[in-house]
Amino acid sequence: MAEPVLSLRGLDIRFNSDGHRSRVVNGIGFDLMAGQTLGLVGESGCGKSVTSLAIMRLLASPPAEIAAGEVIFEKRDLLKLSERDMRELRGGRIGMIFQEPMTSLNPVYTCGAQIIESLQRHSGLTGRPARERAIELLELVRLPSPEKRVDDYPHQLSGGQRQRVMIALALANDPAVLIADEPTTALDVTIQSQILDLLRDLQERTGTAVLMITHDLGVVAETCQAVVIMYAGTVVERGRVESIFGDPQHPYTIGLMAAVPRMDTRRGRLAAIPGSVPPPWAQVPGCRFAARCPLADDRCRSEPPGLREIAPGHEIACWKAPIEGMSEMETHS
Amino acid sequence: MIETILNRILVSIPVLFGVLFLGFALVQLAPGDPARVQAGPTAPPEVVEQIRQEMGLDQPVIVQFGKYMERLAHGDLGRSLISNKSVTSELGAAIVPTIELMFASLIWAIPLGIAMGTLAAVWRGSLFDRLIMAISVAGVSLPIFFICLMLIQLLGVKFPIFPFIGRGGPLWTLEGLRHIALPALSLGMIFIGPVSRMTRSSVLEVLRLDHVRTARAKGLTERQVILRHGLRNALIPVVTLVGLQIGYLLGGAVVTETIFSYPGIGRLAVGAILSSDFPLTQGTILVLALGFILVNLIVDILYAQLDPRVQKK
Repeated sequence: MAEPVLSLRGLDIRFNSDGHRSRVVNGIGFDLMAGQTLGLVGESGCGKSVTSLAIMRLLASPPAEIAAGEVIFEKRDLLKLSERDMRELRGGRIGMIFQEPMTSLNPVYTCGAQIIESLQRHSGLTGRPARERAIELLELVRLPSPEKRVDDYPHQLSGGQRQRVMIALALANDPAVLIADEPTTALDVTIQSQILDLLRDLQERTGTAVLMITHDLGVVAETCQAVVIMYAGTVVERGRVESIFGDPQHPYTIGLMAAVPRMDTRRGRLAAIPGSVPPPWAQVPGCRFAARCPLADDRCRSEPPGLREIAPGHEIACWKAPIEGMSEMETHS
Repeated sequence: MIETILNRILVSIPVLFGVLFLGFALVQLAPGDPARVQAGPTAPPEVVEQIRQEMGLDQPVIVQFGKYMERLAHGDLGRSLISNKSVTSELGAAIVPTIELMFASLIWAIPLGIAMGTLAAVWRGSLFDRLIMAISVAGVSLPIFFICLMLIQLLGVKFPIFPFIGRGGPLWTLEGLRHIALPALSLGMIFIGPVSRMTRSSVLEVLRLDHVRTARAKGLTERQVILRHGLRNALIPVVTLVGLQIGYLLGGAVVTETIFSYPGIGRLAVGAILSSDFPLTQGTILVLALGFILVNLIVDILYAQLDPRVQKK
């Protein structure tokens, strides 16, 4: 359990376009432990999907450029691997699920053919054994009548079913790590919970470590053991789910928690964090959240805070921590 | 599938009828007097008038068309006014050379156009890309007769490698191949431009799609990604374009066959129109229309094969 399968260290990703040099991801790092599900959380544009694509080395370069950092997977730095070695890992030891099940499968091939293609590539399975394994995988992701579905084209399936096929595809070669980039965002709420159940179940059965990228704290609460909160390309808080959900320390995390609509309290308006995310090309000398933070002072605006441990397994990048939770925030706002 | 094909054939009957009627009407409007052609230039007016009555040309167009359709239904296309041979045999003799010419043009132009377009898309913005696009713009904008004349000048006169008059025999003979080379090169040239441009833009569009990222995330090589997940999907609009272009090719064949004195349908049509050979003109229109319909039918079938989403509708 204690061994990380995937470690990011000081990852810097820049985008060079239209003369802008945007620092989209700034020195982020985290450890994904074997058999664990780690949530990478943040709002749209905070760099979480870019991070996941960077791990797979699927970012188009140019415009993207990985300026610094390491991605350690099974004791190797993925950023230093040759393209050939990297291809061996993609779809093999590292599987990936994408946000858009409707468009992530190729419409001109059957679901089975697309899974078989991956089996052929990594496990060398062809013909009947490959087909049988594909059916087995579809069964694993609980697609009804898999022996028929294997010959269906993606357009014959619903969104939830297509996402199941995507999951089967990602798990085809028993990966050590599964990267799930917002796997439920495009689905109906009821289907969402089915897919999350499935992922959790598969994770327990196969022991695959899962990097769950999401903007939905509910998803994190349901599936993850650890969580990394990102804001504008930086990690602002990370730790075990219980400690972060139980005692959020960063003003951004506290704001996010407060913004989750609750069934048990009736408030006129949904809570929101005032202001907006600084654009990635903006030069922010201090904490990137300072402009929106009710607690910010001069130091916050001039000096970027580093991550520091405030409780065992709970790290935070904020000068103000520890904060007495929501009450202190509310007195300031 | 068979149902679809039968359906398409049924739908093409009114199309064919319309084409024949329009062709019939246009021939009436064209200058030239078939009765005079039949009688000969020196025949006295009474003879011409008598022939006109015998041919039924004094009757209203609609009646003439009705009679024509009636004969057509019996498989009778009439006789050529010039050669007095049956139109069917004239067409029969010309159809094989034209099919050969089509085949010889497409067999190199389609694969080359697709390959050029794909490479241009993959190396987008490179010198190669710009070169390919320049060639394709030239192919689209140069008139076919100009291409024919330039090729004759270059490969027929300056470096006399290929003959440029007539047909040397069936395609599988050496002489046949040598004679068809220049017409097939010319016709293929006008094909490459549109096909490579369409392939390029289609591949570029497909390579941006999500499923291509999935293919990369499977660990496929870039070549596999481009061929299996890029080009395969990009071919769907290209096939449609090729079908339409073959229609233009039939038009281009008229010019090409005339320039190279190649005994195909196109040259037959031009000769028939110029000499007011009314039944033969109508016969060539019929064959060209049938060719067009057939090509479209093939495109529809191919389309359903390429895109499984089409079959279910």
